[in-house]
Amino acid sequence: MALQISEEKNKEKEKQKKEIGKAYGKYAKQFTPRPKYFSNSVKAFIVGGLICTAALAVQNRLQAMGLSQKDAGTFVTIGLVALAQLLTGLGIFDVIAKHAGAGVIVPITGFANSMVAPAIEYKKEGPVLGTGAKLFSVAGPVLVCGISAATVVGIIYWFIEKF
Amino acid sequence: MANRKIGAQTVQLENRPYIIGRGNIGGKKEGEGPLADSFDQILDDDMFGEKSWEKAECKMLEAAMEKAMMRAQLKKENIDIMLCGDLINQIMTSSFAARDMHIPFLGLYGACSTMTESLVIGSMLVDGGFARSIIAGASSHFCTAERQFRMPVEHGNQRPTSAQWTATAAGAVVVSEWPHAIAKGMPVVRATEATIGKVIDAGIRDANQMGAAMAPAAVDTLLNHLQDTGRDIDYYDLVVTGDLGYIGKDIMADLLADAGLDKNKIFSHYDDCGTMLFSKEQDVHGGASGCGCSASVFAGKLLKDMEQGKYRRILLMSTGALLSTISPYQGESIPGIAHAIALEVE
Repeated sequence: MALQISEEKNKEKEKQKKEIGKAYGKYAKQFTPRPKYFSNSVKAFIVGGLICTAALAVQNRLQAMGLSQKDAGTFVTIGLVALAQLLTGLGIFDVIAKHAGAGVIVPITGFANSMVAPAIEYKKEGPVLGTGAKLFSVAGPVLVCGISAATVVGIIYWFIEKF
Repeated sequence: MANRKIGAQTVQLENRPYIIGRGNIGGKKEGEGPLADSFDQILDDDMFGEKSWEKAECKMLEAAMEKAMMRAQLKKENIDIMLCGDLINQIMTSSFAARDMHIPFLGLYGACSTMTESLVIGSMLVDGGFARSIIAGASSHFCTAERQFRMPVEHGNQRPTSAQWTATAAGAVVVSEWPHAIAKGMPVVRATEATIGKVIDAGIRDANQMGAAMAPAAVDTLLNHLQDTGRDIDYYDLVVTGDLGYIGKDIMADLLADAGLDKNKIFSHYDDCGTMLFSKEQDVHGGASGCGCSASVFAGKLLKDMEQGKYRRILLMSTGALLSTISPYQGESIPGIAHAIALEVE
């Protein structure tokens, strides 16, 4: 009986703590400058758009040179990944990303950066337990969630098709 | 036994230990900031000629300590205890620096509050007669902290407006029972009281809101210190917190005013090292943070200003956010801490 009461009390305390945390978080927000949503979005839109337009231009050019659409697309993807990797290695990518935000993070360039950045960072701990172990530290969680979500959606789709 | 405790959390340092040596070192970005003149050394490259960021930070801490011992005119053999800490797991920087220094070593972890923590404990050891001279220090490095607590350095992302910039800096001071290194008649800084802070958790969960997470702890320690000593905030020429940054500083001032302190006095007697180290144009968002922030500002600008007579009394309050690399993922909020040490020029 006594144990039950103390458990209830603990729960009450936990709840109270959470409420205080919420109220204080709200209070602290008043002092925090708001991010510049509009200008950030415009910058991301322009940079992201430019990347995609340039990529498409290259793809069209490759297709005009006689490559199939699929092959041209693959070449462009490889090119974007390689460019993002090079820029990451040169220490330029993070400077661009600071301004362009989602404009460079959402295209495949962001994925390339998220692989190369830890590869460089953990080089000092060795090729196996450093780079090898940490290579997917940023991209890994995204891959796991992405593939899991795709599997779930795939199963649902399969069921819908079937019935 | 003489009891030196006054009030609830404060200790009176009866013998008022002397701060006879100071040394600091800053990274490239710190050297481009408004406090560039107050650094003993500024790095051209944050690698400092080493193979890893951790080694660079270690070398920085050693450089700051060497400088402090040089000013104190003491050799390593004359230092009884070395007290320091940093942000890296298992306080790697400090332990590895101590390996090279070969001084009896007490490693401390108080996150960014470490400078005051080491100074408080060191001053108490000297005051109590357990050591003749000690060296206290702390260090941080943007790249070592970034890769441990956040993302790889080259990862492209946008920092939120409240995010703070970990200082690449180290600072150290020598505390001694006798000011032998200081010429007669010259001003000398002495530690008079120390207040050990409690861990306060206001429930902030966002690891990019460090200032807000630590401010309540700083308020608690300051109010307790003032009550224990029976002083008002204007007793000090400057009450200076460690790394609350712009947001945390505003919250602290607001909370202090709420607690009944005079707004004008708060405005004219309170500042934060996190808002001093960089200028707003340096794109650091919420201001500076890290153990090295309060360590290098204190062991540079603040002590220099005291020696030059700009300030007579300072209350140094380094602030720390005691989160771990896994605690935010386990849903824990961020506990804060702040210690205070009162310093006076004589």
